[in-house]
Amino acid sequence: MNAPYFASFSTPVFLGVAVLLGVFFGFFLERAGFSSAKKLTAQFYFKDWSVLKVMFTAIVVAMLGLAYFALVGWLDMSQVFIPPTFVWPQLAGGLLLGAGFILGGYCPGTSVAAASTGKLDAVFFIAGIFAGIFLFGSGMPFISGFNDSGALGPLTLPVWLNLNTGLIAFAVAVIAIAAFWVAERSEGPWKLFEKTYGKETGDTSSEG
Amino acid sequence: MFELIGVAIGGFVSGWLAHRLKWSVDKGPRISRMTRYQLALAGGVVTGIGARLARGCTSGLALSGGAVLSAGAFIFMLSVFAAGFTGAYFLRRYWL
Repeated sequence: MNAPYFASFSTPVFLGVAVLLGVFFGFFLERAGFSSAKKLTAQFYFKDWSVLKVMFTAIVVAMLGLAYFALVGWLDMSQVFIPPTFVWPQLAGGLLLGAGFILGGYCPGTSVAAASTGKLDAVFFIAGIFAGIFLFGSGMPFISGFNDSGALGPLTLPVWLNLNTGLIAFAVAVIAIAAFWVAERSEGPWKLFEKTYGKETGDTSSEG
Repeated sequence: MFELIGVAIGGFVSGWLAHRLKWSVDKGPRISRMTRYQLALAGGVVTGIGARLARGCTSGLALSGGAVLSAGAFIFMLSVFAAGFTGAYFLRRYWL
């Protein structure tokens, strides 16, 4: 039986698997320290590169895993969900999410992990998300045009750039490694920058 | 939704095992708790709108979408980091 298996499961089992996957996800988010807004936002001050490292590692591992499984016939890629591309909404949505991230200190997933370990600020963030979604729903009639603009369907990079999938996968992995290298190298110069400009620096631990 | 329930459980278990469970407020050293709550709320609102527009958030769109090499996922990711780094400069009073 080939993966993906969701078609052969009943709904309750499928949802149960979703919960289980969520458990692992939340567990590792917390392990990585991502239930702390201070640690998450330190990424955007070039102080702590964990966010970039974890995200890229996850993407590259999953990407290579999918590619390998598809190659050996364990996985039918045509059945795998590919998020549809909406160029302008995703660009705008990304900007908003990034803004919300540095404003509130979390993204949706990490806020849940943080709230579950007792971070009260995360609870406010989650409340904000619900409010934001409600606002979005209320405003839908006005922005539905923009919301559906740039709809390119489940477009993937290989198709879009007209390049071989293996090549793209390789390029992504190389870019990830390069990003890691830059991250590691920048910690020295950054400390020098801070010393020079006398910036008060907070550490990446949380305070009660 | 169900996955999120799992995330809550998983985060809790990890925190519990590492003795990191504590009612606390994560914030920068120069602002008050009240300010932090307001910022968190505001941040959540903005994020909620952004996630609806983008049809996903960092885990669903950037990570899963990136793994299948979705074009939208990369557009989204670049925007998130661009906004994060830019916003960080303007909001540094709140975090540093």
